[in-house]
Amino acid sequence: MSQTPASPAVETATAIAQAHGNRPDALLEMLHEIQHRLGFIPEAVIPALAQALNRSRAEVFGVVSFYHDFRRQPAGRHVVRVCRAEACQARGGRETEAALQQHLRLKTGETAPDGSVTLEAVYCLGLCAIGPAVMVDGKLHARAEGKRLATLLTEVAS
Amino acid sequence: MIRLFVPRDSFALALDADAVAARITAEARERKLDIVVVRNGSRGLAFLEPLVEVDTPMGRMAYGPVTVADVASLFEAKFHEGGKHPLAHGRTDAIPFLKNQQRLTFARCGLTDPLSLADYQAHGGFAGLAAALKKSPADIVAEVTASGLRGRGGAGFPTGIKWQTVLNAAEPEKYICCNADEGDSGTFADRMLMEGDPFLLIEGMTIAGLAAGAREGFLYIRSEYPQAIATMVRACELAQAAGFLGQSIQGTNHSFSLHVRTGAGAYICGEETAMLESLEGKRGMVRAKPPIPALEGLFGKPTIINNVLSFAAVPDILARGGAAYQALGLGRSRGTLPFQLAGNVKQGGLVELAFGPSLRSLINDFGGGTASGRPIRAVQVGGPLGAYLPEAALDTPLDYEAFAGASAMLGHGGVVVFDDTVDMGLQARFAMEFCAVESCGKCTPCRIGAQRGVEVIDRLRASENPAANLALLKDLCQTMTDASLCAMGGLTPMPVLSALSHFPEDFQPAAKAAE
Ligand SMILES: Cc1cc2nc3c(=O)[nH]c(=O)nc-3n(C[C@H](O)[C@H](O)[C@H](O)COP(=O)(O)O)c2cc1C
Ligand code: SF4
Ligand code: FES
Repeated sequence: MSQTPASPAVETATAIAQAHGNRPDALLEMLHEIQHRLGFIPEAVIPALAQALNRSRAEVFGVVSFYHDFRRQPAGRHVVRVCRAEACQARGGRETEAALQQHLRLKTGETAPDGSVTLEAVYCLGLCAIGPAVMVDGKLHARAEGKRLATLLTEVAS
Repeated sequence: MIRLFVPRDSFALALDADAVAARITAEARERKLDIVVVRNGSRGLAFLEPLVEVDTPMGRMAYGPVTVADVASLFEAKFHEGGKHPLAHGRTDAIPFLKNQQRLTFARCGLTDPLSLADYQAHGGFAGLAAALKKSPADIVAEVTASGLRGRGGAGFPTGIKWQTVLNAAEPEKYICCNADEGDSGTFADRMLMEGDPFLLIEGMTIAGLAAGAREGFLYIRSEYPQAIATMVRACELAQAAGFLGQSIQGTNHSFSLHVRTGAGAYICGEETAMLESLEGKRGMVRAKPPIPALEGLFGKPTIINNVLSFAAVPDILARGGAAYQALGLGRSRGTLPFQLAGNVKQGGLVELAFGPSLRSLINDFGGGTASGRPIRAVQVGGPLGAYLPEAALDTPLDYEAFAGASAMLGHGGVVVFDDTVDMGLQARFAMEFCAVESCGKCTPCRIGAQRGVEVIDRLRASENPAANLALLKDLCQTMTDASLCAMGGLTPMPVLSALSHFPEDFQPAAKAAE
């Protein structure tokens, strides 16, 4: 990703690592913070983190790619995470996922071409007694079906 | 002044509790009423959330589920004085769902402001720590052993034995790790506890630190639980400031500090050795055992790893004695388990009970049957690696051994109900798909086997060569069971084979349709 402005991202990453005392065991915390600030984990921060933590680039890259949370590309302006796990399936979760796909014209895992929204799978949000569960930009929604889902869909579209 | 309670638990937040609380505050101001809104934890009656409570001379009265649109009519009905309203349920503690439980671990959850140390102490908090501070490490462990407590994370390993192993280890540096990865679908007890009674977990982990001689602890919370993370971080700060964490706990020469760490969306990091790798800042790859984590755990040091509910059971055990806890339960399953009623159930939520009642009683007496009103067809107990049980197996008592005897597992106590519209072939396919997505990739039977499993089930469901594909599926399951390094690959066959043996008709929908 050569268009990524490398140095501000690297500066951010280095500062975050330093705030954690460059402790290698805090790598996940650092990556969460970097993603929170930059929206994703730009390629350029990997060698910078490797150097700061005294780890190989391959190790840092391995961590970034192992965990579902870390993005290597920016997400849409809105992120919709739909629960695909069993307890939600039992309450119509598959139908909720299909409705979201249809409404957003996306498959689960895709970002809209105009960068407006990303639809993602999540496996349980801990709301299993009152599913189907959806998270929109970090906010939880339970009973996401029928009228509540319709309201949610209009909010996501705007 | 009138005290009103609007939960800050995720159940309530996901049903607009913040807006309800704001509306109540605004409405009270307009009506010039002197009220204060406390943001409590959840009482576990998820089906009534947001459950608003009012402190009255008759006790705490419950109203729910409350929406923003209901607030004006609640004030009209004088709910702030316990008045009658269509959403009224009378005294909260008299609601049968709650009244018929045996709450130990969750005794305080929902009663208090989770971030008030004064509230916590007024409701018996830190009594366990006070007792532990007067005991030797060996005596603390002896109390936990006497309680019969077994790990609540799934495997049911005796907690006292684990603690004894770490206590006996000669290394000066030891760690306490709490597993709050709670990835199993159908479970939310860890989340509710962290959001609703965070000091209890801190107290339990601190007692473990005293018992093992560890001065540092890590709490690994899944990233899907932002509310729990925020609550625990704040609770640790408050506990530290009040001398319940950090140097010289309560003026003694014991020290214990606690770090909250966030997972990153990997189910396998709930497996304890993968969690340790993750806590060390690495990929969540499962370690081969031995060495066991009790001897070589975090950073290679002796480590106590327990589930949230295991640690949270400990303060009560220290405060009232192991024998009182041990007196509850059935067979070798002692004490209580916070069951979680989920899926297609009318009254879902948290039900803490002593081991022993039947699965049927839990689902019918507490859950009120299915939410859809249709007949129950299958129940999955113990998370995504747990068996699917048919209606006929619902009389199995809730006890670790009885479930093992029924080729099933209680696991973390999650109970997911499905009605008769469920397609069990699709559920089996999902079990394989989930394993393929979440496998750590270390061993072939799990990584490749799960992918093959999805394909074979697809062919079966398309009625391609049924006899051969059925044999292939069983063979594949056998290989996964026998040759996987951990229970992810090793137990995925459990939901698949239980679905296949109890609901064979769902694996050949094409043939069924042709009949
Ligand atoms: C695939 C897999 C996922 C697991 N997920 C969790 C989990 O989310 N939480 C948990 O406490 N234990 C989980 N466990 C069990 C842990 O490995 C371990 O047994 C447990 O944390 C020990 O604590 P306990 O003795 O208090 O139960 C999982 C095990 C496996 C194989
Ligand atoms: S069984 Fe699966 S999750 Fe477990 S170690 Fe093997 S590949 Fe990893
Ligand atoms: S299964 Fe969807 S929230 Fe738990």
